[in-house]
Amino acid sequence: MSREQQLVAQARKAFESGRSRPLEYRIYQLKNLKRLFTERQKEIADAINKDLNRSEVGTQMFETLGLEGEINLIIRKLKEWAAPRPVEKNLMTLSDTVYIQPEPLGVVLIIGAWNYPWAVTIQPLIGAIAAGNAAVVKPSEVCVHTAKVMENLLPLYIDKELYPVVTGGVPETQELLRQRFDHIFYTGNSTVGKIIMEAAAKHLTPVTLELGGKSPCYIDKTCDLSIACRRIAWGKYTNCGQTCIAPDYILCEPSIQDRVIEEVKKSIKGFYTADPKTCPDYGRIINQRHFKRILTLLEDSTVAAGGENDESGCYIAPTVLRDVKPEAKVMQEEIFGPLLPILPISGLDEAIKFINKGEKPLALYVFSSDEKVINRMRDETSSGGFLANDCLVHFSISSLPFGGVGNSGMGCYHGKFSFDQLSHLRGCLVKKLKMEGVNNMRYPPHTPKKLGWARFFILKTADLGWVGRMMLLAVLAAVYIRSTFHTNLEP
Amino acid sequence: MQVFQRTREAFLSGRTRPLEFRLQQLHALQKMITEKETEISTALKQDINRSQYDTPLLELIGIENEIKLAIEKLSDWAAPRPVEKNLLTISDEVYVQPEPLGVVLIIGAWNYPWSLTLQPLVGAIAAGNAAVVKPSELSECSSLLLRALLPRYVDKDLYPVVAGGVQETQELLRLRFDHVFYTGSSRVGKLVMEAAAHHLTPVTLELGGKSPCYIDKNSDVRIACRRVTWGKFVNCGQTCIAPDYILCEPCIQGQVVECIRQTLLEFYGADPKCSPDYGRIINQRHFNRILSLMEGYTPVVGGQSDSSQCYIAPTVLKDVPPHSRLMQEEIFGPVLPIVTVSDMDDAISFINEREKPLALYVFCSDKKAIKRMIEETTSGGVTVNDVMMHYTLSSLPFGGVGQSGVGCYHGKHTFDRLSHHRACLVRSLNMESVNLARYPPQDRRMSLHVTHTLLLHTDT
Repeated sequence: MSREQQLVAQARKAFESGRSRPLEYRIYQLKNLKRLFTERQKEIADAINKDLNRSEVGTQMFETLGLEGEINLIIRKLKEWAAPRPVEKNLMTLSDTVYIQPEPLGVVLIIGAWNYPWAVTIQPLIGAIAAGNAAVVKPSEVCVHTAKVMENLLPLYIDKELYPVVTGGVPETQELLRQRFDHIFYTGNSTVGKIIMEAAAKHLTPVTLELGGKSPCYIDKTCDLSIACRRIAWGKYTNCGQTCIAPDYILCEPSIQDRVIEEVKKSIKGFYTADPKTCPDYGRIINQRHFKRILTLLEDSTVAAGGENDESGCYIAPTVLRDVKPEAKVMQEEIFGPLLPILPISGLDEAIKFINKGEKPLALYVFSSDEKVINRMRDETSSGGFLANDCLVHFSISSLPFGGVGNSGMGCYHGKFSFDQLSHLRGCLVKKLKMEGVNNMRYPPHTPKKLGWARFFILKTADLGWVGRMMLLAVLAAVYIRSTFHTNLEP
Repeated sequence: MQVFQRTREAFLSGRTRPLEFRLQQLHALQKMITEKETEISTALKQDINRSQYDTPLLELIGIENEIKLAIEKLSDWAAPRPVEKNLLTISDEVYVQPEPLGVVLIIGAWNYPWSLTLQPLVGAIAAGNAAVVKPSELSECSSLLLRALLPRYVDKDLYPVVAGGVQETQELLRLRFDHVFYTGSSRVGKLVMEAAAHHLTPVTLELGGKSPCYIDKNSDVRIACRRVTWGKFVNCGQTCIAPDYILCEPCIQGQVVECIRQTLLEFYGADPKCSPDYGRIINQRHFNRILSLMEGYTPVVGGQSDSSQCYIAPTVLKDVPPHSRLMQEEIFGPVLPIVTVSDMDDAISFINEREKPLALYVFCSDKKAIKRMIEETTSGGVTVNDVMMHYTLSSLPFGGVGQSGVGCYHGKHTFDRLSHHRACLVRSLNMESVNLARYPPQDRRMSLHVTHTLLLHTDT
């Protein structure tokens, strides 16, 4: 038995023991997780700093604070979310108990990513725990230091049988994917997403795939360019562009291109000083492979700002590219780096057409003070999420479902959505063994009269108001009385 | 495929977006069901010997109900859904906007060919999608009829019907859809999901399994058996949520058999073969399959068969061993095994040892026991003290879990399943000062304090 097989079997056994069912246990685990973030802040931040050159403040802001917020929300709301949810009854079920019961799925596999390793690995874990599941956590091996910290710390705070951490690379992930899970939650790219879904199909395992794509950013010429560009620059260069919902490229009219470049340059200087390399708030590319990949994208475009790089430190300066053509290398794949191409287009129409030619992105940004522009952009395109006049922040609103569509993903999470995504919502109808007379209309031998009754009861009920329903209830009661009066239930 | 290209173009034309168009299509579908009830019943009689009353009862009324609900509620369902704001978004517009996915592939099944193709279609239309409808070739007459009728009522470019067998289905599955909705067996379900994975297409799989039916010894066994008998033998047992087998204590087994026997007499007469209300097995292959499951066992009720008519009498077997062939696969036929268990705990263990079923049935008058049975097992859905009825309530999500399926539908659930729920946040370019805390360079103590306060108090 491989190590992975063993851990999964152990997790399943732990799940079947039933200890993750009581809400108190789940909350206890989540509270411990919260303690991990406060007590081990330094170790977490150090590891992230080594992996991504992110400052301690950056780590808190972008990763652990969000997780603490989710845990707080769940602690407050878990009782409500896990309770039976009554649903609307029809006439046939007026005297029955009808509800949806959320239940754990079983053992969930969570495959994390390296760009916000805590956020995208632990947030699904939080949802899995809240929903009463066991979960096998597989952090990305690319963020080497953080994976180690997760492997060391998680078992010290949360149930290590129910929530084991499995580290490793491709072979370990493949071995995991051979095992049978009740849900797989993957964050990463579309190519691997397909492989995950294919593996899941063998066991009919449902999946949540948080993928990526090229998130377009349209700047309308009438908007306040200095604020727009500042928000875009922040969204783009945070984490050195390695954010699944970073504005990938800009679409704007040629007349404002120069100003956009100026404003973005200003913001870069304001955020990261004239020499971003020395600024503690500016990150690095995760590794050599991605560093080289991103530099290749520069090759056939004109650099309007930045462009400096240093291979030894995986440093690429915040860069802006101008007059980029749709055929350019930088427009062929998700950049996931600090290059911001600007594609001049003639106006909103062309922008919409351009966006719709590509795959549905994870996020779509539009900057405009004209409501009509915003509405048209929203109505005539599709994307995982849609944000007007800012970047990234929809991620932090837990009442919004966060996820992709088409190539950018399937399923969604955050807040209650995580809980629901990792639960089975079981439809329950509890009847009594009385009122058998009512059932006569469905039993053979069939007659036109019986069918007439059935039609009446099932169809007419849809458009009855309260009075109508009460009247029919009286009729039902009469049928019941009549049928019990006759000891032999006759057709 | 040419048909697919046309459908995709029809979707991209944008004509499904206005709600008026969708309502018009739904009304047309409604018309088809009302005007062509006789033809549909005739086709089903030829396919599966379904009685002319069972067809409206089991299929058409359900479809009509779904259409009515969609028409009544469409503007609610399709409207932007405002969500709870937090401190950071208090002056913004925050909502979820349901959007069409694009082109949906609906693969129907042969046991309720009209419901299982048209109910998903209702949801697809309501959500603003185009849909390629692929009815099952096993219910041949229905498939041909659907192919003839649907284009006469609804937009034939947006909702084409594609006929054919395994090969045509495989070809369809190579194309890129925005959602694939499949009803059928778990075995094929895996193949469908695998094909969908190549395009990252989300799926809804309505599969099956062995739906257990536990009869508690203290319940009203007579009424329980009436209800179980109806659920089992309707459509000749060919229902995905039919009670597959009974679990009960040995002390009531005899009574259960007797009650079922009496009920069968009442429903289908002394010779079910002559009853217009008793169905047939869909084809020879399934006929042979079901008969072979019974090999080596002597039924206590029924057991007769006639291969020329694909007729199998309503059959009950008692004391069936858990490891028999009968207990290894979904029966999908009019054969009802009774497996004895020592008590409810034993029943629960029995059920949990097996794959998660599509439905679970419990007959019991003790509230606490019912609660325990539900809590200690899992299944797609549950009906207590009856069978199958949870299917008829559109406010309940209908679907499986584990091997019995992925996703759910009915009523609003179909609309939601076949939509993309797009998170929308509309801010203004004002109030930039609020954003200052997030920009570098960070005055570490200040920004951290502000962010800390905001983030930890954002969800009210």
